[in-house]
Amino acid sequence: MTSPRIKERLIALILLALVLFSPPLILMMDRNPEAGLSRLPLYLFLAWALVIALAAWLMERQSGK
Amino acid sequence: MAVLGIAFGYLGLLFVIAAWGDRRAEQGRSLIGSPTVYALSIAVYCTAWTFYGSVGRAASSGPSFLLIYLGPTLAMLMAPLLIRKMVRIASAQRITSIADFISARYGKSSSLGALVALIALIGITPYIALQLKAITLSHAVLVNYPQAADMRLVDESFWHDKSFWVALVLAVFIILFGTRHLDASERHEGMVAAIAFESLVKLVAFMAVGVFTVFVLFNGPGDLFARVAATPELAGALSLEAVPGGAVGWMGTLVLAFLAFLTLPRQFQVLVVENVDERHLKRASWLFPLYLLAINIFVIPIAMAGMLLGDISGNPDSFVLTLPLSAGLDGLPLLVFIGGLSAATSMVIVETIALSTMVSNQLVMPLLLRSRRLQLGSRGELAGWLLGIRRVAILLILLLGYLYHALIGDSYSLVTIGLVSFTAAAQFAPALLIGMYWRGANRKGASLGLIAGFLIWAWTLLLPGFAQSGWLDPGFLDQGPWGIAWLRPYAMLGLEGWDIYTHSLLWSLVANVGLLVGISLFSRQSPLEQTQAALFTEAMHPGLMETSLWQGQTTRGELRLLLDRYLGANATARVFSRPDASEDDLPAPPALISRAEQALAGALGSASARVLINSVVRGEALDLDAILSILDTTSETLEVNRRLEQKSNELARASEELRSANERLRELDRLKDEFVAMVSHELRTPLTSIRAFAEILHDSQDLPEEKRRHFLDVVVHESQRLSRLIEEILDLARLESGRLTLNPQRLDLVILARHSLDAVHRLQENRGVDLEVDISLDTAWVVGDPDRLEQVIINLVDNAGKFTDDDDPRVLVRLERHKDHFRLAVEDNGPGIAEGERERVFEKFHQIKHSGSQARGRPKGSGLGLPISRGIVAHLGGRLWVEDAPHLGGACLVMEMPEAPAAEPEET
Amino acid sequence: MAKVLVVDDEPNIVISIEFLMQQAGFDVVTAEDGESALARVAEGAPDLVLLDISLPGISGFDVLERLRADSDHARLPIIMLTAHGREVEREKGMALGADDYITKPFSTQALVEKVKTLLAEAS
Repeated sequence: MTSPRIKERLIALILLALVLFSPPLILMMDRNPEAGLSRLPLYLFLAWALVIALAAWLMERQSGK
Repeated sequence: MAVLGIAFGYLGLLFVIAAWGDRRAEQGRSLIGSPTVYALSIAVYCTAWTFYGSVGRAASSGPSFLLIYLGPTLAMLMAPLLIRKMVRIASAQRITSIADFISARYGKSSSLGALVALIALIGITPYIALQLKAITLSHAVLVNYPQAADMRLVDESFWHDKSFWVALVLAVFIILFGTRHLDASERHEGMVAAIAFESLVKLVAFMAVGVFTVFVLFNGPGDLFARVAATPELAGALSLEAVPGGAVGWMGTLVLAFLAFLTLPRQFQVLVVENVDERHLKRASWLFPLYLLAINIFVIPIAMAGMLLGDISGNPDSFVLTLPLSAGLDGLPLLVFIGGLSAATSMVIVETIALSTMVSNQLVMPLLLRSRRLQLGSRGELAGWLLGIRRVAILLILLLGYLYHALIGDSYSLVTIGLVSFTAAAQFAPALLIGMYWRGANRKGASLGLIAGFLIWAWTLLLPGFAQSGWLDPGFLDQGPWGIAWLRPYAMLGLEGWDIYTHSLLWSLVANVGLLVGISLFSRQSPLEQTQAALFTEAMHPGLMETSLWQGQTTRGELRLLLDRYLGANATARVFSRPDASEDDLPAPPALISRAEQALAGALGSASARVLINSVVRGEALDLDAILSILDTTSETLEVNRRLEQKSNELARASEELRSANERLRELDRLKDEFVAMVSHELRTPLTSIRAFAEILHDSQDLPEEKRRHFLDVVVHESQRLSRLIEEILDLARLESGRLTLNPQRLDLVILARHSLDAVHRLQENRGVDLEVDISLDTAWVVGDPDRLEQVIINLVDNAGKFTDDDDPRVLVRLERHKDHFRLAVEDNGPGIAEGERERVFEKFHQIKHSGSQARGRPKGSGLGLPISRGIVAHLGGRLWVEDAPHLGGACLVMEMPEAPAAEPEET
Repeated sequence: MAKVLVVDDEPNIVISIEFLMQQAGFDVVTAEDGESALARVAEGAPDLVLLDISLPGISGFDVLERLRADSDHARLPIIMLTAHGREVEREKGMALGADDYITKPFSTQALVEKVKTLLAEAS
């Protein structure tokens, strides 16, 4: 956390994760595509993986320097 | 019995790993000095509740089980900001637990520490009970299958109850495991290593069931979900409708999991207290969420599979066991049982050690110290006391867990018990988090907030649990106590329709935060509180690290005696750099007093350490003003340092610039000297001939006419050479100083080239050079100085003529368009110019060595023609370079000029 | 009749010196670079060498050094010719064993005098 830019990016990532994991996005993703199963779990896992990948990229790139 | 044997074998393996970890730590080769081990140890978060309960929760409440892991994901993303500060504070103050942390923040208050310890004890006991229940239940499922697990406890006496023996075995194991050291300190490296190992075991076990379910019981996820979609009863199972409380419940659980992840005693233990290097947080901040994702990825498939298969699966909480059992497997269910055991034991081990530390440091020790019952006769006896207290505490905590399990455990499913404990732990969050960022938060506010939050938790979650298990009259749930409707536990103040956890969390946190902030705003802090508040909120300030905060006075001897008595010789030796007692009469420096207090705090907690230090040190620790002045001066010093550094950087840069400018000047000077020497050499050569022949002509009157004419020719020729040379030198000087006057104008390069070639044609012919011209363009408009360009062209052709093949000298001049440029290429069929020499031919006075040219009587160049030509072309916006001759195979000099913009109307 | 070897890469200078030497009554052989200078010395030992310093290929200094290294020519009178008027070069030439040193452009009379003096000393 030496560079303030890293701090800002991390905070942006936290906010992104918060938005991804909360309503109204959750409600939108919950709509049944063709009255079958909800896509919500699939969406949650994808969003989760995205957040983790971004965090890994941010953290490991920084420690690489 | 085989199952029991394997379970004990597994516990034995853990013990070996822990012992190995401790051994390595003593040798200074820490086993846990890696961010990966750290991340794995944090995975103690995934208990039996995760291992068995997630599937149950997915079966009953859809995707809401994921919230328990998304909350910690958010918290871990903040680790480099938030947890780093907690780690920094904890290592500076030698914090032993979350109770110690909160107590230290609010003026090392022993009453607040005791309160936190008590709440933790009451709030976490159900959670421990849950683990005991999981172990017994999973064992029963494994042994009794296909009969349902027989879990009637109340009817039997406790010695027939397996849970009781599980609790006892675990207690003995943890006592052996966590309190082996006489040297009581806050860290347990061996335990962390074992926990990290357990995290791997439970992950592998769970993934194994997942893969088995999806790919063996079903033909991959496509098959499984197609069959789920075809089952109408399961249609809404994955949607938000299945989540208790809907969107509000969703957010409530997310916040709850976020807060609990930071405040559960065992999480605080592994995240903060056991952290060996705060840099590990960076890796853990994404690796731990990745672990969570991995252990959850098969939860929904397993839940859906269990529900599809119906009766043979039994209770959803046991799907992970019953699915492989129903397939008739032997090994996999055993692996699952071990995985569940590892999840449960890791939680119980860390939680019990964390709680027992709180009990000994925050509850028992302060009482003993205050009542002065603790009369320590010999040295090091305190460590024995501490370990004794902790061992008893471990036993009591596990028996308490068993009691809860035996009396109430049956009324809740695995899923719900965990959330009850989460909500209790979340009560620590306001005091912890607000205390880290708001200096004004004080002890009174924190204590009252905690008490209020705890009471509301007990009223809205704990007591209803008792009521549901028949220990209380459940009537108050529906009508409220004494018929007061707005006090109904699940609908406080008439708030209805929420899920019970979000409801409880909201009211308890509102009361908790409200009192903490409100009372802090309207009451005063003691000086020590102010000091600690400043130290906590400013923990990331770099100036605080090395500052000693004691101003009091004592002798080294007194301090040594104190440490010796309470911590023993080894710990004392670590605090005192010098082992001998020779300087014991000297006053102890402030840094030593600080070290001593920290050492005591690491064993006893900050509040007790404070009491003990006060008993020998006269005077006070630094007060708030002093700390603030340290903070201010250090920040001023930092600022001054920063400016100084900036200044010296600027200076260094300036002197670097000066040095390089100086070097450049020297280089230029050297080049100038060289140039002057070259010029003088070049001028002297024709001058020598002129003078020699002039003298000969002067001295020898009787020369034959033919000789006289020859000599005079030489004089004339050399004079011309001399003046040409002078002209070139002047050109070069003008080019280099930028004073070359050019008259740029639109001109047709085709005409100019033909004109120039006409001028040299005869000369080349005389030398026997075959000059070929290939100009297919009609016009080639460029902007240039016609005289100078002609000079360049002539020079190029002349130059090429000198390097042609001896036997069949040929020169080819081509003019062609290249994009929006025109290129005039002059080729010869000579030996060509080596790659490395190509730029050097444009150096001044560079002469290509070519033997035999003199023999053919060709004039030698001055070595200035090409540099001048390049200078002129560059001044006119073009380029001049050497390449391989494509047609004649020798060297090819290419002059490239940009095409002139379209002509103005009046010009045409 | 004494034989003089003139070494220079400027043809006109060679011609002028050749004429001057012949007029003074010497045999003249010429060379335009270091290699051929060494070859001429090997073919028939000259009595004196007029040697330019800046030659293509092997420089005049190199030629001087090689001749002096050979015991046959250790005492061969050698006059260096140079268009560089620098003291360092003169000193280098003398240190390498040159007998005299003439800067271009030179006085024809002085050149002839020096050659005659050195030849007289040598014999």
